[in-house]
Amino acid sequence: MLVDIQNLRIAFTSRGKRFEAVRGISLTLGREKLGIVGESGSGKSLTARALMKLLPKTAQVSADTLRYDDVDVLKASERQMRRIRGGRVGFVLQDPKYSLNPVKTIGSQIDEAWREHKRGSARQAKQATLDLLDQVLIRDPKKVYASYPHEVSGGMGQRAMIAMALAPNPELLIADEPTSALDATVQAEILRLINDLVEKRGMGLILISHDLPLVSHFCDRVCVMYSGQIMEEMAASDLMNARHPYTRGLLNCMPSLMHPRDRLPVLAREDIWLEETAR
Amino acid sequence: MSDRMIEVADLRISFSSAEVVKGVAFEVARGETFGIVGESGSGKSTVLRAMSGLNESWDGRILFNGEAVPKRRSREFFRKVQMVFQDPFGSLHPRQTIDRILSEILLVNRIGEIDRRINKALSDVALPQTARFRYPHQLSGGQRQRVAIARALIAEPKVLLLDEPTSALDVSVQAEVLNLLADLREEHGLTYVMVSHNLAVISHLCARVGVMQNGLMVEQTSVEDLRAGNVSHPHTQELRRLSVELEDVPAEPSSVSQAKPGA
Amino acid sequence: MLTTFRTWALDDTPTSRRQAAWGRRYRIWLALRRNPLAMIGLVIVVFFGGLAILAPLLAPWDPAAQDLAHRLARPSAAHWLGTDELGRDILSRILYGGRVTLGMVISIVIVVAPVGLVVGCVAGYFGGWIDTVLMRVTDVFLSFPRLILALALVAALHPGVESAIVAIALTAWPPYARIARAETLTVRSSDFIAACRLAGASPRRVVFRHIMPLCVPSVIVRVTLDMSSIIITAASLGFLGMGAQPPSPEWGAMLAIAKRFMLQEWWVALSPAMAILLVSLAFNFLGDGLRDVLDPKQN
Repeated sequence: MLVDIQNLRIAFTSRGKRFEAVRGISLTLGREKLGIVGESGSGKSLTARALMKLLPKTAQVSADTLRYDDVDVLKASERQMRRIRGGRVGFVLQDPKYSLNPVKTIGSQIDEAWREHKRGSARQAKQATLDLLDQVLIRDPKKVYASYPHEVSGGMGQRAMIAMALAPNPELLIADEPTSALDATVQAEILRLINDLVEKRGMGLILISHDLPLVSHFCDRVCVMYSGQIMEEMAASDLMNARHPYTRGLLNCMPSLMHPRDRLPVLAREDIWLEETAR
Repeated sequence: MSDRMIEVADLRISFSSAEVVKGVAFEVARGETFGIVGESGSGKSTVLRAMSGLNESWDGRILFNGEAVPKRRSREFFRKVQMVFQDPFGSLHPRQTIDRILSEILLVNRIGEIDRRINKALSDVALPQTARFRYPHQLSGGQRQRVAIARALIAEPKVLLLDEPTSALDVSVQAEVLNLLADLREEHGLTYVMVSHNLAVISHLCARVGVMQNGLMVEQTSVEDLRAGNVSHPHTQELRRLSVELEDVPAEPSSVSQAKPGA
Repeated sequence: MLTTFRTWALDDTPTSRRQAAWGRRYRIWLALRRNPLAMIGLVIVVFFGGLAILAPLLAPWDPAAQDLAHRLARPSAAHWLGTDELGRDILSRILYGGRVTLGMVISIVIVVAPVGLVVGCVAGYFGGWIDTVLMRVTDVFLSFPRLILALALVAALHPGVESAIVAIALTAWPPYARIARAETLTVRSSDFIAACRLAGASPRRVVFRHIMPLCVPSVIVRVTLDMSSIIITAASLGFLGMGAQPPSPEWGAMLAIAKRFMLQEWWVALSPAMAILLVSLAFNFLGDGLRDVLDPKQN
């Protein structure tokens, strides 16, 4: 098992008031593709960040278990975590514009990610980088290698980000809204690419998104989060049979090209969803 | 009065020598909703900004209600044509209360009965009166977008230009805003032009759609034809295919679904 | 009374414009109060301001009264901070000197901040040749060291408090223009400004009613941080004999005269030096605190 989270809680204190953003989440992950879906503020990104110990110091994190493979994340030192982040776990974030360093070429940034964990020569690094850029289906790797982030399109930048995440040959890829800044045509390509790479390398994948149908296309399992809790967990293929009214409501309120409706049903939020259930 | 509310002919827009809109033409009937769909960089928002009067450097003809509009619009023009922006966080002045934001167009045009109009605008978009003296950062994303719509409606315009009005919102909030826009169109007899990258959203609200690619409107079609697949341009076909693929959720009947109690 | 104001101002659903505005101000005040350094700064500034205003009531002696029999006397019960080379009471001179020094600084700020704000906002919003002209003028003023330019101006006019104010004001506005322009550039293409234009608001209205209020916080922060440098420039002019003229008790001028006895009669120099140091430092603390509270990116 790669990830084991039991009863994870994340709270923030602001102006004397304590606010619990994640309230008792439990989930496990093997070498499989897990989708975490939820609206803004549901705590989906916080959960992934807590796993990598990337939360700001003001966050109060507690859990019965928070393990990455054999490492107890709650007790792990910053050095141990550094070896996991960007080594055993790769990250792809929403907007390549903000995640790539604007004053360095794409190639040198991937080189660096590779050398950080593989400790090879500059020549080996360059060879590995070109190979990676080729793997993310960039047609002209040499040109992109020498480009700066602002010189490439959004889709190309996101491919470069994926190449960088894959450089140290990680066992798990965490993709946080990897395509929400991209066009529909590019979005499909990028997700297919992530999917193929994850399957080919036998990696685990955590795909975080607000787009329920999109996630269910690319994942084995889906967790639906609402207000810091997991409402429902199911096989992606079961999405149409979702039982929880929140999941059903989310699916229902999307406009559809093929099935036109005069009015969209509005999601009625029930207070009972907010109540914590004993597990 | 003609039946044509909006007419755009041979619209060309350049930014520092690069032509980003290369001769776009379309017509919108009174009370109709026209959708413009396209990817980033296709020029769809640029068309909308030229129509609204925000961008004054364009060539071609833009007519509202049969009258060609000049590059620099008069104050009266803005009472007839208003716009709703994409990002509800960026389109409201961060240091002004909702009251101040809504009253701007009334103050500028010396329209009276500010109190009554603000209260009506708030109730039109289903915001509580208690929101009136709050600041934008005290409201949720959906509430902010409602404020933006209320601001556009307060001087009782005839045309609303919608620039991706729901793409920054969660799907549940998107549904509420789309319903609201449909209701308001009915109540106020509005004509909409809506820009979006999301074909499903466009098809929900619009009767006709123009597809843009690289500064050209490559195809105009009715939503029925789009739905039925009676489209000719490859880009339209591709956008349609992607939208359909996403909607068609893998639906194999299966058993294991652990719902949380309370369902 | 205070608790009613508190609940009224912190009400989450205000019912009038006034209540909303006060709510915002009160929240800023609450945030500032949590910053101990800023509060120390504020207390010192208010303390010195109060001393200067109440100088006629507080000063034990006439600041100009000479007593040559007791010149350069050590601090004692009669003269808490000692006397200077003409036997004048240093405490009284510091108190009255506060009026001159702080008065100069405040008049400079009142002139300078609005000018910089207008120049910067106008340049930033309109761009084009207006921007080029205004900013080149700003650059010219900015390229001279402030003290040198002020010195030259005072020398060309005539040494005195008024000339010092004019000279420092002329050299102090460019940074405010720069800040206001930078701030304007970040908001001018935003959607909320576009929405104001779509309301039919004239460019003038957009600049003065919508953009300028957003630039004010940065300018206020810069003013408080700049206070110390203005005080020091004013004091330096006094020190060089170009500012307030004797017998007017100005802190810089006092320090200038005291330098002659610095090694033997240290208290003569210590008091004005401490006054300048404390007030400058206090304004810096306050400015740092205000920057955290007024940061436009915060809400």
